[in-house]
Amino acid sequence: MEITPAHYALLSAALFIIGVVGVLVRRNIIIIFMSIELILNAVNINLVANARHLENLVGQVFVVFVIAVAAAEAAVGLGILLAFFRNKETVNIDEMNVMRW
Amino acid sequence: MPAGFSAADFLYILPELVLIGGAMLLLSLSVLVPRRDGLLLWTALATVAVTLVLVVRFFGLDVTAARGLLAIDSFAAFFKVIVLLSAALTLLMSAPYLRVEGIRVGEYYFLILCATVGMMFMASGVELITLFIGLETMAVSFYVLVGFLKPNPRSNEAAVKYFLLGGFSLGILLYGMSLIYGVTGTTSLAGIAAALRGQDTSLVLVLAVILVGAGMGFKIAAVPFHMWAPDVYEGAPTPVTAFLSVGSKAASFAMLLRIFVVGLPALAQEWSLLFYVLAVISMTVGNIAALTQSNLKRMLAYSSIAHVGYLLIGVVVRTERGVAAMLLYLGVYLFMQLGAFAIVTAQRRSDIIGDELKDLSGLSKRNPLAAFAMGFFMLSLGGIPPTAGFMGKMWLFGAAIDAGFIWLAVIAVANSALSIYYYIRVVVFMWINQEEPVGSPIVIGPAMKVALGVALLGTVVLGIYPQFLFEQAEVAARTLQGITAATVVGGQ
Amino acid sequence: MVETIVFYTLSALILGLGVAVITTPNTVHSVLFLVMNFLCVAVIYVVLEAEFLAVIQVLVYAGGIVVLYLFVVMLVNLKRDPEAHQDPRRLSLVGLALAGAVLLELAGIVVYSYSREPSAPVAAAAASPVQGNVEQIGWLLYTDYLIPFEVASVLLLVAMVGAIVLAKREL
Repeated sequence: MEITPAHYALLSAALFIIGVVGVLVRRNIIIIFMSIELILNAVNINLVANARHLENLVGQVFVVFVIAVAAAEAAVGLGILLAFFRNKETVNIDEMNVMRW
Repeated sequence: MPAGFSAADFLYILPELVLIGGAMLLLSLSVLVPRRDGLLLWTALATVAVTLVLVVRFFGLDVTAARGLLAIDSFAAFFKVIVLLSAALTLLMSAPYLRVEGIRVGEYYFLILCATVGMMFMASGVELITLFIGLETMAVSFYVLVGFLKPNPRSNEAAVKYFLLGGFSLGILLYGMSLIYGVTGTTSLAGIAAALRGQDTSLVLVLAVILVGAGMGFKIAAVPFHMWAPDVYEGAPTPVTAFLSVGSKAASFAMLLRIFVVGLPALAQEWSLLFYVLAVISMTVGNIAALTQSNLKRMLAYSSIAHVGYLLIGVVVRTERGVAAMLLYLGVYLFMQLGAFAIVTAQRRSDIIGDELKDLSGLSKRNPLAAFAMGFFMLSLGGIPPTAGFMGKMWLFGAAIDAGFIWLAVIAVANSALSIYYYIRVVVFMWINQEEPVGSPIVIGPAMKVALGVALLGTVVLGIYPQFLFEQAEVAARTLQGITAATVVGGQ
Repeated sequence: MVETIVFYTLSALILGLGVAVITTPNTVHSVLFLVMNFLCVAVIYVVLEAEFLAVIQVLVYAGGIVVLYLFVVMLVNLKRDPEAHQDPRRLSLVGLALAGAVLLELAGIVVYSYSREPSAPVAAAAASPVQGNVEQIGWLLYTDYLIPFEVASVLLLVAMVGAIVLAKREL
């Protein structure tokens, strides 16, 4: 059986779903960050598979930028998390309750 | 000289280069001559001013530069002016606030300028990668700025929320973009429009429209993607909130218009319906939620969500007049929203946070000028004549009726009427409620005076004489539409 | 045939490890599953003839980003279970059911459309004066995509300044 772009699309969609479910279900902020990384990887798989299928490298260039952005977000996000942890001693998003309406 | 990059391209990106250079200079200065806050402020303001002068020269041009990645046209210039003006006003109102909060100013100004760089690329990008890198430069700067008050738990929490939802929405947006790339094989908006012309609407593309629409919906804080906005607006340093609610929103609208109007005209039916729904629920939910707020920043957050609903009318209508009215309203919104936030910023003193509604009570006695300005901004946000807000709303709703969206206009007018209640409530607190004043007297320094003066002047002048801005907005709207028309002709 | 076997093995690994990342109670285990997941994605890139990205995936993602995560997990020395407290107002099940429905639809649409019309290459690749994956990507980055490449450098500088500002104790 041949592997078609549809196979990669399905793999990418499945990984995307796993990431989204992780963001929605988990309460540990670090694991939510990691779920976002899974979503970005799903995007990357989709882009690379399409780049091969279309025989054009723009998709791969796109992935380079996505990885750069992921690195920038990870650095800033973990800095934000550390600042938050110093004040609250928790990484549970359900304990973020200073502001409520 | 890099291959494929001409001298003209350098000329076209000169404003961005100046801004980046100014940001680098600022960062070096903050290390070399620490504790010279005034010098740093002047450097930042001068950089923004020079950039503004350079950008204004690009009005009326209509070229694509840098190998088709950037459009240097009136549309981009219009948004760049809005973004730079909001950056300048934010810088002006930041100085006293930063002193009270005890924040190091060098990094703060640097991040404001870098966010502006990102916004400028969002305004002129006509290619998905460029747009998304611009968006991220802006977003990452804002993640840091929102969490800048490190000892303050509200600021920490706001930063975590903004970062989580920002990252999540970025993933959704990128997934939509990757689907578009998969179908069309290109990331250039004109190329996408050309590839989709005359094809059947495939389900993947509808899905991509929904995903990109949702991702952009997060950035402009349209209901139901608005959950972050009230908390982030409340927790962030007040000048950052102001910049977030004007600059980031304007740049995101520019990006949204480019992607959908230029790149996906083939799916206009689908996305027009999507934004119709978003517009209606944004204004309704925003206004109803704003009615019960006791915190001024939260109230302004819900009010800005409602304003996103009004602004989306321009996207739904997607006629030249509609887009022009939307741009005009953004210009008006810039002054009145920043003005309101300038007053909230001035309320912050060493002994009081001052962002509660009750902190305004008796302001008309303590500082009549500030109370008058705040009252005027509130009336303008509510759309009461003869303020600029009324003019903007009239053009916007008129464009909706003009294009046959009668119900949308009716809902918008009903919503504006509803919103007047909570804007007037602020005025009532300032004039009628004469409680014992809390905290030390409000001091409005020279920088804040300039910011307030500009905001007030803009709100007054645009209320009396909006024609000038509307003409510029029309030219800008025409260039946006013109790109679509040109590709239609070129592709046949 | 080889590609089929490789694809199914890797897909099973990627998805299984992905599920492990979001279900493991222990954060450190979760990070380790994430590294393995990223390494499998790197192998997928090799299969898809994207050698440069495979290297970047290992160096930046597995080597840089995940190590950063590990550091933070260690710094954030949790004294109690981070999942212990749950907001009573949280409608997890309703949200999950809704999300599941929407996402299954998403997968359905993607697969259906791709399997129905194996769209031919739309845009032919521009003639590149260089050969080889790394060279071609480098060429594109320094010609057609020079602007986003330079803006990305501003982005990384912002991230650097931001991380220092936020994570430093006294500034």
